[in-house]
Formats: sequence, structure tokens, C-alpha cells
Amino acid sequence: MAILTDRKTLPEYDAIIVGSGAGGGMMALQLAFGGMKVLMIEAGRNYEPTTETPMFNTPEQAPLRGQNTPEKAFGYYDATVDGGWQVPGEPYSDKAGTQHSFMWWRARMLGGRTNHWGRISLRFGPYDFKPKTRDGLGVDWPISYEDLAPYYDKTQLITGIYGTNVGMENIPDTPAGILQPPPKPRAGELLTKKHAAKLGVPIHPIHRAVLTEPLDGPARAARMYPNNALARKILAKDMSNRAACFWATDCGRGCSIRANFQSTTVLIPPALETGNLSIITDAMVREVMLDASGKAIGIRYIDKPTRRDMEAKARVVILSASTCETARILLNSKSNLFPNGLANSSGQVGKNLVDSVGSGLGAHIPALESLPPYNEDGAGGPHVYAPWWNHGKHDKLDFPRGYHIELGASRQMPHMNSLNILNSKAPSTYGKKLMEEARRYYGASMHFAGRGEMIPNEHCYTELDPNRVDQWGIPILRFHWKWSDHELNQVKHMQETFAGIIHEMGGSASPRPAAEAINKPGEIIHEAGTARMGSSSKDSVTNSFGQTWDVKNLFLMDGSIFPSNPDKNLTITIMALAWRSSEYLMQEMKSGSI
Amino acid sequence: MQPSLVSRRDIFKLLAAASAAGSMLPPELAAQPKVLARGDLWDPDFLKKNIPWEKPLVDTELATLTVLCDLIIPGDQDAPAPSKIGVADFLNEWIGAPYPQNTADREIIRGGLGWLDTHSQSLHGAAYRELEPARQTAILDSICGSSKITPDLAYGHAFFRKLRSLTLGGYYTHSSTWKSLGYIGNMAMGGAYPGVPEEIIKRLGLEGV
Repeated sequence: MAILTDRKTLPEYDAIIVGSGAGGGMMALQLAFGGMKVLMIEAGRNYEPTTETPMFNTPEQAPLRGQNTPEKAFGYYDATVDGGWQVPGEPYSDKAGTQHSFMWWRARMLGGRTNHWGRISLRFGPYDFKPKTRDGLGVDWPISYEDLAPYYDKTQLITGIYGTNVGMENIPDTPAGILQPPPKPRAGELLTKKHAAKLGVPIHPIHRAVLTEPLDGPARAARMYPNNALARKILAKDMSNRAACFWATDCGRGCSIRANFQSTTVLIPPALETGNLSIITDAMVREVMLDASGKAIGIRYIDKPTRRDMEAKARVVILSASTCETARILLNSKSNLFPNGLANSSGQVGKNLVDSVGSGLGAHIPALESLPPYNEDGAGGPHVYAPWWNHGKHDKLDFPRGYHIELGASRQMPHMNSLNILNSKAPSTYGKKLMEEARRYYGASMHFAGRGEMIPNEHCYTELDPNRVDQWGIPILRFHWKWSDHELNQVKHMQETFAGIIHEMGGSASPRPAAEAINKPGEIIHEAGTARMGSSSKDSVTNSFGQTWDVKNLFLMDGSIFPSNPDKNLTITIMALAWRSSEYLMQEMKSGSI
Repeated sequence: MQPSLVSRRDIFKLLAAASAAGSMLPPELAAQPKVLARGDLWDPDFLKKNIPWEKPLVDTELATLTVLCDLIIPGDQDAPAPSKIGVADFLNEWIGAPYPQNTADREIIRGGLGWLDTHSQSLHGAAYRELEPARQTAILDSICGSSKITPDLAYGHAFFRKLRSLTLGGYYTHSSTWKSLGYIGNMAMGGAYPGVPEEIIKRLGLEGV
């Protein structure tokens, strides 16, 4: 691999991409296929999922049986390296007056946060691009669903997505020959489907970036790249070399057989194979460099192993550092031309920060007690979900937009808390009888989690902390947060819906109060909006291609450019946008306008 | 450059101090410069189980814990007794960890072991682990909560609850117990995911769902 451990960079690249996750990985692949010389800069270490993933490791092989700790917030075997809601030596802070502490998730590794995610890959629908037109809140996107649909098709072709077309309002269908068959539902998922129907809550196969069959590399490559022989040749082979899921191990660990999507297993290997991509890891970008005319000429970074300041130059700079890190780089790139931070003439950089609205409720389900054991590992994540089912009924709801429901059936690999249910169901039992109770109650519960759309508000933003720098000397971010009634009312609806489903299933649960049940800001790890795209330089940071209004050869390509954050999780949309932008960028460079 | 054990211990001292003060994660931990080498808890080497904290319990405490774990979960034809798979040693690892939950558990477990021996001495003139099984069971029966807990047994009851919960966790997270529990998985399968067996479909009335 072209990992430049010696830091011997070329004098100038066609493009520098900061970050190696969904946006950076997709941008790198498309530009490399287009023949551009690309330098990718990653703040964390090199990471090889094919050799490093602890696929079948069991809890007793881990400290504390793999339980989560501050260093490994999702458990010992989670793929995230040197990160989580804290990164050693890289703090962030609360702004005085904030109502909640924002939690900022980062990963310091090649592939970034794509190594750890739920793989839930739902297309935004037509309504999602025009939210203000529909309900007067927030802003519209400068594009419509139709503009992005071809890139969703291609992104689904390259990543490999299981699921079906469900034909629901604002849930777009995928053209034939792209989706892979979904895995059959688990017992708890089917039981939920049966009983939720009585409340009008539909349960359908979810869409996730996990291969359920081998990919036909040549056919898919030909469909994506009819006019690019190099891309077809590389992808035909590389895609065919990805294995289908073998129905074991949690996707959060990563995937050594490349069955699920990680930038490091799907995007970066073929990009490197072109010979057009070089990567520097352990390099923390401090700022974008400009020439006297205000054009971007490269970036300045800290070489972490030596703690030296270094530079790299390119005709185009692309920031894909993640929603908040991209805003941080812009705000730290101050100059006489841009005293308030780069590309911030609108004043919108760092503003409009949103996360998904999250809330969960779990309960014991008596019908699931003492089930005959069978293998429920499945695709390492949910097989079904409830898409938002209340379009057109907002006159009866006290909140805008909507949410989807993710189901957790619990006959999974035991962890330290798997049998906590016995604390209430059999509190004084011990001996042989306790082992019987464990068999009876293990897996006899369901958990429901809502993921909903938050409306951007003026109280939720990030900015530079004027008093603190991180261990690399780079000013840190501080955060300010306040939920509005839109989010709290939505959580109330989630809780009542979950309790209703549980009741129908024969369980018993009380809705938790919204203020207590709402997940903390940042906890869902779906941040967006800090450098939103728009149709005017007055109130947005970029155009629909992520090109900043103020600096024509500076592009942003991650969640920062989202004008809104629908309930459908961001990753696949980040990739579809990146693919679209890469084509525009290459055209502009060819025509000489960049 | 390898991270030195000393600096790592220092991190955990800071963490322990902060957790004693009731805070989630001390700013000192986030501020600790990261050494660019693998193998610490932020970037573990999965081939090498590395537990950089002391296990606090001494041999006599571990012996008592071993007896208790086997009484709480005796094992069966499908699963070994806790003493055969090191559950007491795992509990020692658990309560030695520097995180807030673990330090809270350490107080209950270590203190409870002391309380149990004192209680046993006053009843029978011997440490708990030295009692004959019927007397050990009788003491467990008195603190498990199946009958009314008198005030003088409240400490013992809190100890039983915590110990039982941790033993259940430590025991059933060991892969040798999964057959007995009914967890089937963590094995590669070819073809499509088979889904729910017909027997369960019928039992739950899921035909046609």
C-alpha cells in the first residue's frame, strides 16, 4: 500500500483529502479512478481490518469480559482505535450556559468512523430534501431527490446493501438488480412485526451495508463505470473478492472478510490499486493554506510521531474530517482575508449542529421465555425496522418530521449485563435453580430504539474555545446545546409507541419521561450541519457540490454540509454526495475553472 | 517507543482518584499525551490480554470467593463449575479495575467477604470457607432474600446481590457455559441465514407473518 511512512510527498498533488472515512474514502476512489493524483491525510494510524479484526474472540479473552470502558466506549472488541467520546490528548469543552454536554465521537484510524457503525443505509426521500417547503422549519436542500438518486444507485452498487423495496411514502425504491436479499427475521423481530401491526406500525426489512451474497464484480463494475476501463478492471476483481456474511460476529468489530462496508475494505483498497492515491497516517491537520489571492494551496499538519509542523500542497483541498473536525479546521484557518475562519463569510460555520434524536425502551417479553435455542447472530445487526409511518398525519402530532424504529432482539453473545433481568425476576435464587432461571430468561426481552430528525436551532453550535489547545497545539472546540420541544415531543411519541408495542407483545413497560429518555447530544453519533450547503452564499457555506462559496478550490465532503439530518442515518448519503461532487470537481478541473 | 508501565499506572491513578471524587472521566485522562504504539487500552492488541491494574484479593479471600461462586452456580452436565473456569479470578480482575463501577463493586465484594467471615466466626467459630457445606448453604439462605432480611444481615444481603449479579455475568460470558445457557452462535455458516426454526414459528403463532 502507498502509505507514506517516510513523509516523502510529491511537490504538488491534484487533490488533498483530509480524512479517510465515508466522504474521504469515496472522494479518493472516484478521483483516483479519474486519474488524479491524490494525497489522503488521516489523523489516526494505519488500520487493516483483514488482519486486525477480532472476529471470533470471546469475552473471556478480553479484560473485564469485553465490557465497555472509557477507552472503549462500545466494548473492548469494538473496531474504534484511539477514540470514542474521548480521544487522549484531544479534549473538547462545554460553552458556559449550555444545557447539555455535547458528546463528540472521533476515531483516530484509517477509515475513520466507517470502521464502527451500524451499517444502516437508508436513502433520504423526496420530502427530506425539501423540509422547509413542507413544514416551514429549517432550510431546504439546494438539490432534490432526483439529483442524488443516480448516485444512491451507484453507492449501493459498490457498497452492497441488503433489503427490499417497501413502497412506502418518502422511502424511495431502489432499481432492480442492486439490493441483495435481506436475511430472514429473528423470532423477536417477527413477533414484533405481528403485534406492532395492530398499532399500525409497519415492520420491514432494514437496509444495511452487509453482503448477504457474493458480489458479481464484473456486472456491477460495468454498470457503475461504462466508460472507465481502469475502474471496471480493478473493481471487477476487488468486489468479487469480498465474501458474503457468514452470520456471525458483531459488525461493530469490523469485518475481516470484507462482508460489511468499511472505507478500509471497500473504498481504499481499489483506490490504492490505481497507483494514484497516497496516504499519510498519524497526521493531524491544523489548517488550510491560502495564497495571496485567497485560493487554497494545501494544508499544514502536525506529523504526530515527530511532532513537527509539515505542509502538503495540491490544486484542490477537500475536507472530509467529519462534521465537527471539518468545522474546526475551517475556524482554525484564519487569515487577513478570512478573519472569522475560512469559507465563513456567511457566519454559518459551526452553526446548525444537529444529531439524531434518540431514545430507547426495553422490556421482558414473556412469550420469548424458554425458547428452544437456535442461532440468532444473523447479520451482526438488525434485520428489520419500522420506517416512519406517519407522513400526512402531522396535524395530529405535536412535533414535525419523524423517526424510524430499530429493533434489538437479544439472543446474542452474552455480555456482563445479559442476565440482569434475573435481578428482578429471580432476585434471591441460587444453585441449580438459578441456572434454570438463566435459561428461561436469557434472550426473553426486546429493545426498541428511535432515531429521529432534529430541527436545527440557534442554541446548538460549536466554536473555537478561546482558551485551550489540544496536545498538538491546535485550538479545541467547545459546544453549546439546547433541545427544543420538537425533539422532546418526538421522544414522548417514541416512548409511548415503544410501550404500546411492548404491551401488545404481552410485556409491560412504562414510557419514560422525554427529558430523561432522550439520548445525550452526540450520543447517536450522527452529527451534521456545521457547514451547510445552500443555494446562496448569504446563508450557507457551500453549494450542492460541497464547493465553498468563498474559496472555489476548497470542497467539504462529510456530514458538515447537510442542511438537515433526516431520520435515515447519514453515511450512505455522505457517499452519494461525494460521488456526485467528484464528477463535478473533475469536470471543473478539466475545464480549467478550478 | 513503548508506553511505559509507569505512565500507564499514572493514568489509572488519576482515573481512580477522579472516580472516587465522583466524576465520569477526568480531564487529565483526556489530556494525557498518546504514545504512538499499539497495545494500550485505547488500541489493544487482541492477541495479548493486557490488564494493567492490580488484582486486589489475597489467597484466602479468593478461596472464599471460589466456594461462593460454586454455590451460586454449581454447573451441570453441559457447563463446568465456576471454579473450573476461573470465575473467582475474573471477579478479582473486575474489582481491581480503576473505573467507577468497578471501584464501587470492590467496596461491596471485598467488604462483603470480610463481613461474611466475621459473621461465620461468630456463628460457628470458623471462617466461611472452612464450614461444612450445610452451614455454608444455611448462611447463604439467610442473606439471599428468600426470607425477611433482618437489619444485622443487611450488609450480607447487599453482598449476596452484587456477588450473584457479577457471578452470573462472569460465568455466562465464558464460552464454555453457552451450551448450558442456550446461546448458539459465533460460528461461520455458509449460504443464506436459516432464520427461525418451524417449531418456534408455531409456538409463537408466527405463521405467515
